[in-house]
Amino acid sequence: MTNSWTDIKNADLIMVMGGNAAEAHPVGFKWVIEAMQKRKAKLISVDPRFNRTSAVADVYAPIRNGTDIAFLGGVINWLLSNDKIHHDYVKFNTDATFLTKPDFKFENGFFSGYDEAKRKYDKSSWGYQLDDSGYVKVDDTMQDPLCVYQQLKKHYSRYTPEMVSNICGTPKDKFLQICQMLGEMSAPDKTSTILYALGWTQHTVGSQNIRTMAMIQLLLGNMGRPGGGVNALRGHSNVQGVTDMNAYAEVLSGYLGAPTDADDTYEKYIAKRTPKPLRPNQFNYWSNFSRFYVSLMKSYYGKAATAENHFCYDWVPKLEGGFDIMHIFELMHQGKMTGMLSQGFNPLATVANKNKLSAALGKLKYLVIIDPLETETSEFWQNYGPYNDAKPESIQTEVFRLPAACFAEEEGSFTNSSRVAIWKQKAIDAPGEGKVDSEIMARLFVKLRAMYAKDGGAFPDPIAGLAWDYVQANEPSSAELLREINGRAIGDVYAPPDPKDPKAAPTVLVKAGQQLPGFAMLRDDGSTACGNWLYSGCWTEAGNMTARRDLSDPTGWGVYQNYGFSWPANRRILYNRASADKDGKPWAPNKKYEFWNGKAWTGADVPDMRPNAAPEENVGSFIMNPEGVARLHAIGMAEGPFPEHYEPFETPIGVNPLHPNNPKAISNPAARVFKGDMEAFGKKEQFPYSATTYRLTEHFHTWTKHARLNAIVQPEAFVEISEELAKEKGVKHGDSVKVSSNRGHIVAKAVVTKRIKPWDVNGQKVHLVGIPFHWGFKGQTKIGYIANTLTPFVGDANSQTPEFKAFLVNIEKA
Amino acid sequence: MASLQTQDVVARSATTTPTPQVRSAVAPVAKLIDESKCIGCKACQVACMEWNDLRDEIGSNVGVYDNPADLTPNSWTVMKFFEVEPKAGNLEWLIRKDGCMHCEDPGCLKACPSPGAIVKYANGIVDFISENCIGCGYCITGCPFDVPRISPKDNKAYKCTLCSDRVGVGLEPACVKACPTGAINFGTKEDMVTYGDKRAGELKERGFQNAGLYNPAGVGGTHVMYVLKHADQPELEKLPRNPSISPAVSLWKGVAKPLAVAGMIGAAVVGFFHYMKVGPIEEQPEDGKREKEGS
Repeated sequence: MTNSWTDIKNADLIMVMGGNAAEAHPVGFKWVIEAMQKRKAKLISVDPRFNRTSAVADVYAPIRNGTDIAFLGGVINWLLSNDKIHHDYVKFNTDATFLTKPDFKFENGFFSGYDEAKRKYDKSSWGYQLDDSGYVKVDDTMQDPLCVYQQLKKHYSRYTPEMVSNICGTPKDKFLQICQMLGEMSAPDKTSTILYALGWTQHTVGSQNIRTMAMIQLLLGNMGRPGGGVNALRGHSNVQGVTDMNAYAEVLSGYLGAPTDADDTYEKYIAKRTPKPLRPNQFNYWSNFSRFYVSLMKSYYGKAATAENHFCYDWVPKLEGGFDIMHIFELMHQGKMTGMLSQGFNPLATVANKNKLSAALGKLKYLVIIDPLETETSEFWQNYGPYNDAKPESIQTEVFRLPAACFAEEEGSFTNSSRVAIWKQKAIDAPGEGKVDSEIMARLFVKLRAMYAKDGGAFPDPIAGLAWDYVQANEPSSAELLREINGRAIGDVYAPPDPKDPKAAPTVLVKAGQQLPGFAMLRDDGSTACGNWLYSGCWTEAGNMTARRDLSDPTGWGVYQNYGFSWPANRRILYNRASADKDGKPWAPNKKYEFWNGKAWTGADVPDMRPNAAPEENVGSFIMNPEGVARLHAIGMAEGPFPEHYEPFETPIGVNPLHPNNPKAISNPAARVFKGDMEAFGKKEQFPYSATTYRLTEHFHTWTKHARLNAIVQPEAFVEISEELAKEKGVKHGDSVKVSSNRGHIVAKAVVTKRIKPWDVNGQKVHLVGIPFHWGFKGQTKIGYIANTLTPFVGDANSQTPEFKAFLVNIEKA
Repeated sequence: MASLQTQDVVARSATTTPTPQVRSAVAPVAKLIDESKCIGCKACQVACMEWNDLRDEIGSNVGVYDNPADLTPNSWTVMKFFEVEPKAGNLEWLIRKDGCMHCEDPGCLKACPSPGAIVKYANGIVDFISENCIGCGYCITGCPFDVPRISPKDNKAYKCTLCSDRVGVGLEPACVKACPTGAINFGTKEDMVTYGDKRAGELKERGFQNAGLYNPAGVGGTHVMYVLKHADQPELEKLPRNPSISPAVSLWKGVAKPLAVAGMIGAAVVGFFHYMKVGPIEEQPEDGKREKEGS
C-alpha cells in the first residue's frame, strides 16, 4: 500500500476492483466500513461477480474478467474529455508536460520497436526528449502534440464508453456513473482510494492493470494524500515482508536490482543502477544505490567484504534469464533441476497447470518440504485416485518433510500491507520435532558449510565467507536477525564535510558498534552493515521499534506513528510531499497532512522529502524517480509506456476489439510463452466459458482446510455459475459438475447464483465460471480436486505472475 | 453454564412459585446486528464454536454459501445468505446472522413443561438449563423464530446462550468480540435501541428508505435486534413480520393452565374424600416390587 489500512478511513470514495476486500481482508475492511459511516464515503465494487464486497457497496458494476485496462482506460478518457482532473497537481507532480520522442508511435496494437520473433520491444523510441544538459524538455502549456498529456489523450481517445461496454460487458450507465463519482474526486478537498489484490496482478497484463489505476489516481491528484493512494492488499499475513526481504531472484533485499550476466564488473553494475537526475534540483534518491548495496554486502559477508574485492561482488550470483516460479518449474519440467527446497509453499496446489507441475516434480532427485502441514506437494507422488492420479512406482524423487513451526509458535515480526512491521511473541512451542524456519535453514547452512570445509567443492568462498555471527549458530534468534536487518555501524560513521568549513574535523554521527538510526547513515565505504535499507530504523539504539504498541493518534489522521515500524523511515503515507501544493500549502484545509511551515516540512507524518527543502527549490514529490515526478509515460514496462488492453491468452471472444485486424495483438505481445505452452492454450470453440479462480473468507489458501473449524464453515469444493448457464446445462443447486480446460479437469459442486450474470460482449454472450481454489487431496475438508489443474502456464510480462484470473473452460453436469 | 446466579433468574419454566425479583439494578442487555455492515465472513460462527466448544459435522456444499446449512444442536448461530431484488433488476445479497432472538416474552419458556429447563435472567437473556431439559421439543413449538434444536445424541435442546457465561462476568458475547467490521454490537438494550435507530437513519440517508430496527413487539421486543435495510420486508430474509407465540402455547399456558390447576386441585379433593370414605388402597405385592426397582 502507498497509504495504510488506517488511512482508508480518510477516503471520500473507495473503489474495490481487482480484489474483493470484504472477502479476503475482512479485518482490514473495517476501515472501509468506518469511512462509510463516519465520513459518508461511498463504496464502489467492480468485479466479475457480485461478491461479499458488493454486498455492502453503494454501486456495483459487473466486468468481464481480464478487461480491467479497457475499463480503466475508459475512465482516463472520460476524465480527460470532461476535464475532471486535478490540474495543478498533474502539472506539478506528473510528467504530463514532458515531451516524448518524435518517433514514438502506437499503431495497430503495437508500440514502436516491437520484435515479433523475440516477443520483445526495443524501447529506444520510448521515453522523453532530453536537452543538451541531459534534462527532459517540457512544454508547460501542455499543447505540444508530443507532450505526455497530449499523447495520453490521444492514446485513450479510443476507449469510449461504448468501447468499454463492448469489451467489458459493463452496462454503459453503470460505467458512466462510476466515472462521474471518480471525477468528483478531482476536487482538491476530496480524495479517493483504490483497494486491489490478485484480481489485478494475476493476468498477463497484471502490472499494467495497476499502472492504469495509478495513472487515474495521479490525474485525480490522489497520490501522497490522506484517503488516497494505490493500495495493494497483500494476501498473506507477512507476504509484504517476504517481498521486501527478496524471496525472489530478480532483486536483492530492499528491491535492489540483482546483478545480471551483463553486469560483469562492479563498476558497471553500480553505474547502471545509479541514475542521473532528469530535471534540475531533483532528489533522485536512487543515487544512494551504492550505499544500500555495499551495506547489504557487509551484512552478508562481514569482514570478507572489502573495498579491494568490491565487497565480494564476484560472490553474488549473476542472473541469466528469469527465475520466477514458472521458469523454475519449466526448467524442472525439462529435467534441468536436481532438487528443490519448498519452504512454506504448496506449489502443486497454488501454481498454474497442476499436471505439468506434477510431471516436473517427478523429475527431481530430491524434494525438501519445510512446512507445518502435510501439503499436497509433499505427497505429489502418492495416488489419491482421480484427485491425484500419480503412479508412485514410476516416481524416483526422494521427498523429505521437515516439520516447521506455525506462526504462533515463533516470535518475530510480521509486515502487513501497510508496510508496518509488528513484533509478536511466541504463544506456544511447536509440537513434536517442529522447528522454526530460521533454525531449519541455519542447521542446513551450518552442515553445508562444514561439508564444504571438509570436502572442498566448486566455489566454496560465498559459503565459507558468509557472516554468521549469531550467539547460537544453529538457532539465530529473531531479535538478532531483525537487528542485523536494521544495520549497525562497523566503524564510526561521519557526517559529510561541512561546505562552509571543509577542513574542520568531521562530526561522528554514529559510533562504531551502534545500531543505525536509519538509512540516511548508510555508507558505501564499508563502515556500515545493513540487511535491508528499507527496514533501517526498525531496531535502533532505542530498541525494537516494531514492538511499539502506542495507540495514540494526536492528529486524528490514523497515523499511529508509535505503533510498530513502517518502512521507509517510519513513514505512513508514501510521496506525502504531494499532500501539499507547489508552495508547500495544503491542497485544501480539510486535507492538511504534510506542509511547509516556512522553515521545514512538518505535519502528521514523517515527510517524504528532505526536511529543509524549501518549495522554491522545486524538488519534486516523487523522489525515487530521477525526474522527480510520477510517470504517466513509463518506459520500464515490458509491453508499452501506456497500458493497452489485450485479451487474456485464453479469450472467450477470440479477438481484441481494439485491434480486430491484428491477430498478433489479441493478447499481450510481450508476454513470455514457453515452448509447448502456446499449444496448451484452449480455444473458445472447445472451451467457451471464461473462468477465474479466487479465495473465500472461510479459508486461507490451501492451509486452513486442515483445520476443523474452517472445514465446518466451508466444507466442500464448489464452482459458481449463473442461473442462465445452469439452465442451459441442466444443472441445479448442489449438483456435481465437471469443469475442464485444455490442461485437465476438476469435479465440484455447483453454486447456482443470481450474483453472476452473462455479459454481452462484442456481439456475443460470455458466461463466467467462478472457481474457489482452496481444496485438495489433504486436509479436514471433503477431499477435492486441485483447482489449478485448470489454469494456464503463462504470466504477466513484467512480474511473471501467472494468469489465474482469466482462462477458458467447459462445464458439464458430472 | 451461566456465570449468573440463581438470584438473576427472573422467570423459570413450569414453575408456579415466585422467582426472585431482587436484582432490580440489572440493566437489560441486547445484541444489535447491523446487516448493512455485515460481510458474511462467519467469524461470529467460528467464535461461537470456539467459545462454546462446539464442533459440528463437516457437511456438504448444497449449492449455497450457507454452511452449516441451518442451525443445529452444534451450530447455535449460522450466516444465512439471501439473493433478493427488493427493486426489480437491483440485486442485493442480504446476509443475516441467524440464532436465538432472546425474546422479552420467550415462547420457549412458556411452552416448556419441565421445571427450570428454560430460564430468563434479569438482564433479559433466555437460557436453557440442560440438566432440567427432558427433550420434549415443546420449546421448538413455542419459538416464533424456529431456533432451538434437539440433539439426537442426548435428547437435549440447544440454542444460543447469548454467552450468558461471558455476559455474567462483564464480557461481550464471543460473536461480538470476533466481528471484524463492527456489525455486531452489544450493550444495554436502551443504548442498542438508540444506536440502532441512528444507524437506520444513516441508512435512509444512503438510499435505504425503509431501513429500520427489528425489535418485534409481538414477543415484547427482543434482546437480539437487527438493523435491516428493508425493515418493511423482513420476510426477504426469512424473518417473521409479526412474530408472536403460537396460539397453542398461549392456550396451554394461558386459559388452559388455570383450568388444569383447578382440575388437579379437584382431583386432590376427590382423592381426599375418596380416602376418607373408602380408606387406603391396599398395596399389591407386585406393585411394591416395581416401586423398589424404580427407586
